[in-house]
Amino acid sequence: MAQSITLKINGQSHTVEAEPDVPLLWVIREYLQLSGTKFGCGIAQCGACTVHVDGQPMRSCQLQVIRAVGREITTIEGIREDHPVKQAWIDIQVPQCGYCQSGQIMSAVALVEKNSNPSEDDIIQAMEGNLCRCGTYTRIKQAIYQAAEEVRNS
Amino acid sequence: MSSTIDRREFLTRTGFTLAVAVTPSGLKVFAMGETDTDSEGFQPTVWYTLSSDNQLTVMVNKVEMGQGTHTALPMIVADELDVKWEQVRIEQAPTRKQYYDPPSFTRMGTGGSGGVRGMYEPLRKAGAAGREMLTQAAANRWKVPVSECQTSESRVHHQTSGRSLPYGELLKEASQLPVPENPRLKDKSEFTIMGRPIPRLDIPAKVNGEAKFGIDIFVPGMLYGVVARSPVYGAEVQSYDEKAARAVPGVRHVVRVDTPEVQGSSFRHAGIAVCAETLDAAWRGRDALNIKWSPGESPTLSTETVDRDLVAGLEKQGLSARSDGDVQGALGNAHQQVQAEYHLPYLAHVTMEPMNCTVHVQPDRCDMWIATQGQSRNLDTAVELTGLKPEQVHVHTTYLGCGLGRRGRIDFGHEALQIGKAIEEPVKVIWTREEDIGYDLFRPGNSTRIKAALDKQGRVTAWSHKVVAPQFSVRQGSSIDTQATSGLTRLQYQIPNVSVDWVRLENPIPVTFWRSVGSSHNGFTVESFMDELAHAAGKDPLEFRLQHLKENPRLHGVLELVADKAGWGKSLTGAEGRGIAGYYSYRSYVAQVAEVSVDRRTGKVKVHRVVCAVDCGPHVNPDTIHAQMMGAITMGLSAAFKEKVLFADGGVKSLNFFDYHLLRMSESFPVEVHIVDSEDSIGGCGEPGLPPAAPAVANAIFNATGARLRRLPMTPEQVLQALKQV
Repeated sequence: MAQSITLKINGQSHTVEAEPDVPLLWVIREYLQLSGTKFGCGIAQCGACTVHVDGQPMRSCQLQVIRAVGREITTIEGIREDHPVKQAWIDIQVPQCGYCQSGQIMSAVALVEKNSNPSEDDIIQAMEGNLCRCGTYTRIKQAIYQAAEEVRNS
Repeated sequence: MSSTIDRREFLTRTGFTLAVAVTPSGLKVFAMGETDTDSEGFQPTVWYTLSSDNQLTVMVNKVEMGQGTHTALPMIVADELDVKWEQVRIEQAPTRKQYYDPPSFTRMGTGGSGGVRGMYEPLRKAGAAGREMLTQAAANRWKVPVSECQTSESRVHHQTSGRSLPYGELLKEASQLPVPENPRLKDKSEFTIMGRPIPRLDIPAKVNGEAKFGIDIFVPGMLYGVVARSPVYGAEVQSYDEKAARAVPGVRHVVRVDTPEVQGSSFRHAGIAVCAETLDAAWRGRDALNIKWSPGESPTLSTETVDRDLVAGLEKQGLSARSDGDVQGALGNAHQQVQAEYHLPYLAHVTMEPMNCTVHVQPDRCDMWIATQGQSRNLDTAVELTGLKPEQVHVHTTYLGCGLGRRGRIDFGHEALQIGKAIEEPVKVIWTREEDIGYDLFRPGNSTRIKAALDKQGRVTAWSHKVVAPQFSVRQGSSIDTQATSGLTRLQYQIPNVSVDWVRLENPIPVTFWRSVGSSHNGFTVESFMDELAHAAGKDPLEFRLQHLKENPRLHGVLELVADKAGWGKSLTGAEGRGIAGYYSYRSYVAQVAEVSVDRRTGKVKVHRVVCAVDCGPHVNPDTIHAQMMGAITMGLSAAFKEKVLFADGGVKSLNFFDYHLLRMSESFPVEVHIVDSEDSIGGCGEPGLPPAAPAVANAIFNATGARLRRLPMTPEQVLQALKQV
């Protein structure tokens, strides 16, 4: 049965009527129309739906909305525009079609905020779950190095 | 430059636009409806408007799917018109005839690496015409000869008197002048915008989550539609429980749908759509349908039968696509005969944005929001299905979460239109990943046998090429599939005796364009076999190719360039072997050198780097060309190492990314791109980077280990098997 569910997304409180087992992804995207978070596979294999839940990157297609209640959810829209990762993504001209990039950026933000001096292996470990069909991986890597340096120097 | 500005390009815009408007700082406007455009301003052709505040608005008739066309096309206009880049914005041109693709103006679509290639000349002429008119207007006002006036940065200058006027003050006078049909185009040395790595206009919106893809459309009151489709090819609905589906809370409609036949295939998506207030309710309704399907038309179809039929085709008589000279005679007189067979699988597109479409069909109006490569075909489909007039149909183009050829098909739009027409309410139809793979139209599988004759000097005297592939692209008046034989009927190497035969593979699997299309398989077979021939002739693979390209300066040129940049012939650091390949497609010449190492124990191949040289003639945005080459190489190697669609029990067996794998970050590699400074005819850039990638890597594996990979994908098991045969 649908029930009233209140979520905290990007610092704001949102209330929706939804079945408790609906994946968080669809509530964010289709119920609340925060459409920067993307649907790619529905089974946590592509990373397009990555959001932060209490600061941790999570695949929102695999999290039942009821389990997100009371937790701090951050989406691509909640990452400030001058964040070093977003800036690096523009400087390096990373996106092509751009569809996977919200998820890529969310994974990269979580990485550099935890580890501002990531090795190549650290980057691969953090980013391996994010697919890109356009083939932007090399520029993503470059942008993460640049963003991490920016974080280190700030 | 041959044609004059087409009269149709002079048509004044009567229209309605603003499907997507982008400014240099990113996506600022996304209007759901259509609004009147500013009728003020200077508009010598349909392609742009210059307003009194010097703002240039370029109407872009190509869709943005990552290839950078929304930046490259306005760069062309802005450069010829001599406006400041900072004052350029774009609008996605509406699906209206005056914006259809020149020179025929019969359709509007984006594909075939034809965006910049097709619009380069019309947009340069449009920009140059405006520049001449503005210059003339200033000369008239100053009463000086026009030859004494120059333009730069949105101004006309008169050097002798030191006078200068911004374009914005000349619009009215310029508008009254005739549009020159053959304006003088700039010399390359005069370019101020083209040739520079201008940052893409669409990237800020793609970084902050604002960019609107097809799936991101919300229409007030819209329902969600999902479709249950034939689980296997040719299955029809026998029974279903409509009542049960309707009983699910939130479900509003249950609708029968069908899709049009696909050329060369009996493939159909017969199915039942469920529309509900939420997507999850629609899915629950679909689950409740409990559909009984008929067995389908080929219940034994499986990966094994598909592969078996491809191989068996090699023993069949094909249709002759080309027969030059006396191939049999030359093979008989050969100093040495070489033969090899190659096998390539069916491939899926798996664009990261699964298929979707939002429609609102009303009695007197139809709106369609769709990430498509073919707007006019969708408009024509809507006219056909709804009975409305073309001007009552509004196809709104969004960003595309990749196209790759898949979005050139109309099946997903057609299906949504049927649903929208039946329910007369706005509806967003969303496909899951499983549906996107299961109801894809694939890159065809392919088996190829090539036989060649070498003379004593190691020259190829005959080339006999048999390709087994399904049909999907036969031109009127011909019986030969142009994609199955793509690149073969015009083999780039100079060989006196050549035959090409195509054997049509018969099965119900639907196929369509997939980045670089026929060249995606023929590039692999031709360039792998050239390597085998070089080895048989005891020659260096680069030298051997060059020897057969003496009358082909552009392919010769990129091969020499890439070899030089990659240090061909010098010792390797890190990698164990290197391979080379070059290919001509979409009017561009691309050569690549790949460096690899091979783990003999696991069969895993590591690509250390790929060096790429491209000659696409004049280039507009070098950074975009770099990105397109990098992307095409990555996709080519994703396919080469990992991708194969599986079939079982008469349908598609592959479901999602756990059984249809793509290349991931850990398998990525640096790509170095060198662009030839060329004044030759213009070529495309979206696809030509793909064909050489897989053969360059396969040739590098041979160079490293002596193992020849003739079957794709080159999985570790395939590599281990090939290693055993060394």
